[in-house]
Amino acid sequence: MSLTAASEAAERAARTSFGRLLAYLAAGAKDIAAAEDALSEAFASALRVWPVKGVPDNPDAWLLTAARRNILNMRRHAGVRDGAAREIERRYQAAAAAAAGDDALPDERLKLLFVCAHPAIDPAIRTPLMLQTVMGLSAERIGGAFLSAPAAMGQRLSRAKAKIRLAGLPFETPDRSDLPDRLEAVLGAIYAAFGVGWDDMHGADAQGAGLTGEAIFLAELLVQLMPQEAETKGLLALMLHCEARRPARRDVEGRFIPLDRQDARLWSRDQIVRAEGLLVEASRAGVYGRYQCEAAIQSVHSQRAVTGVLNHQALSMLYDLLASRSPTVGVLVARAAAMVQAGEARRALAALDQLAFGAQVGDYQPYWATRAHALAASGQREEARRAFTHAAGLAADPAVRAYLLQRGAPPVSG
Amino acid sequence: MQYMLMLNETAEDFARRDNPEEAQAYWGGWNAFIGAMAQAGIIVRGDGLLGPATATTVRLRDGQRLVQDGPFADAKEQLGGYFVIEVADLDAALAWAAKAPSAASASVEVRPVMPPPEPAT
Repeated sequence: MSLTAASEAAERAARTSFGRLLAYLAAGAKDIAAAEDALSEAFASALRVWPVKGVPDNPDAWLLTAARRNILNMRRHAGVRDGAAREIERRYQAAAAAAAGDDALPDERLKLLFVCAHPAIDPAIRTPLMLQTVMGLSAERIGGAFLSAPAAMGQRLSRAKAKIRLAGLPFETPDRSDLPDRLEAVLGAIYAAFGVGWDDMHGADAQGAGLTGEAIFLAELLVQLMPQEAETKGLLALMLHCEARRPARRDVEGRFIPLDRQDARLWSRDQIVRAEGLLVEASRAGVYGRYQCEAAIQSVHSQRAVTGVLNHQALSMLYDLLASRSPTVGVLVARAAAMVQAGEARRALAALDQLAFGAQVGDYQPYWATRAHALAASGQREEARRAFTHAAGLAADPAVRAYLLQRGAPPVSG
Repeated sequence: MQYMLMLNETAEDFARRDNPEEAQAYWGGWNAFIGAMAQAGIIVRGDGLLGPATATTVRLRDGQRLVQDGPFADAKEQLGGYFVIEVADLDAALAWAAKAPSAASASVEVRPVMPPPEPAT
């Protein structure tokens, strides 16, 4: 057995099973940090042992057994002699037996997702925590995506994990009464990962772009683990609709192309079909959900690929529904943008004025970009120019900035 | 696990304790809450405290004892009492904390109680 073959097997196990193994160990120990240490030690010993003895038939079971032993040793070392240790031992033995025989290892990743998005955890660290524990992303990678120094990100992650252990957060799926709120937090954290990946599309190293893939993976997992929840499907459908347009968001020279100018032939048909299917399934529950509604809006945009025109009436209806049920600043600005596209620039301006009256929009880039388009469409050129420049100054994406600056530039005569 | 519920109250809450028109409703709310916890068998210990006007704060600075009238910080909410409860996890503790009358008017801080040190072998 060569070292490469062994390390490839370990890498494969890390990629496909890390989240499952960690979730299992963490749910048993009620301690994410200890489970991580034990599992990475198990991977390290795999790299020592497998080249000599060969890759075991069931690498997951091997890793789980090794990690379990590490946890128990750590506990023994720390002098933990409570009933919990015995309970952990009992559970791990049952699991190791199951894993050795079949792939019947219970999937505890759902519990891990709910712990990471627990209301007792700082909302800003929930998404990074999920990415690290369920997906196995490194603090460097997460810090990069969230524009935070890796050491600082690592510290914040450790603090969150310490709180989970010390404050006794439950590794449980919440009961019926708590489920809507708790699920909303999980969905919000997944969508935040998608947003980070989406905004960071310009990242030359494509690391940020990768986060949209991670978010879709997490949503797929959630749909698989909670098929009865319509909003999980709504969120996945929403992200797939957006992701389908990735190839059309930039021209060959990397310039930004707004959605209404994109070449619909470049959109991924497979992802759109999948998204539509999920949305239909979700709608069978017959319950309003913010993500389903947003996915339905994206679905209207995607239909342009087939019909060639944008159905403004359908968009307006969906935005009215979304604005009445989930009136966030982001939703209200997007609704105004849809008004501009439908040729109702004045109505859009009135809506934006009203919004600026009650909310903090000073440095909210989409507000200024939408305002600029509305002003331009209603013929207020000078004000539009100023708004485009302001929006450009707030844009983090160079391609978007260039597009807005060009829109804000005085017209070239001739 | 054991958690301490630190029951904070507002100045208005403290005033209700001695206001003849409101005292009954005030104490009725607390008695119902404490009764429910007692019935669930989760109370390890607990006390109500007299109001912040009765508080005295001591500090030792450069060997000097500084004694000051009033609570340690002048805040909108002050500690009005505490309970240590024994429940399965944080969610269970939070569920009880949410039932405290002062959760509606002020706040309840929930903290795990430090476990006793392990005996040496």
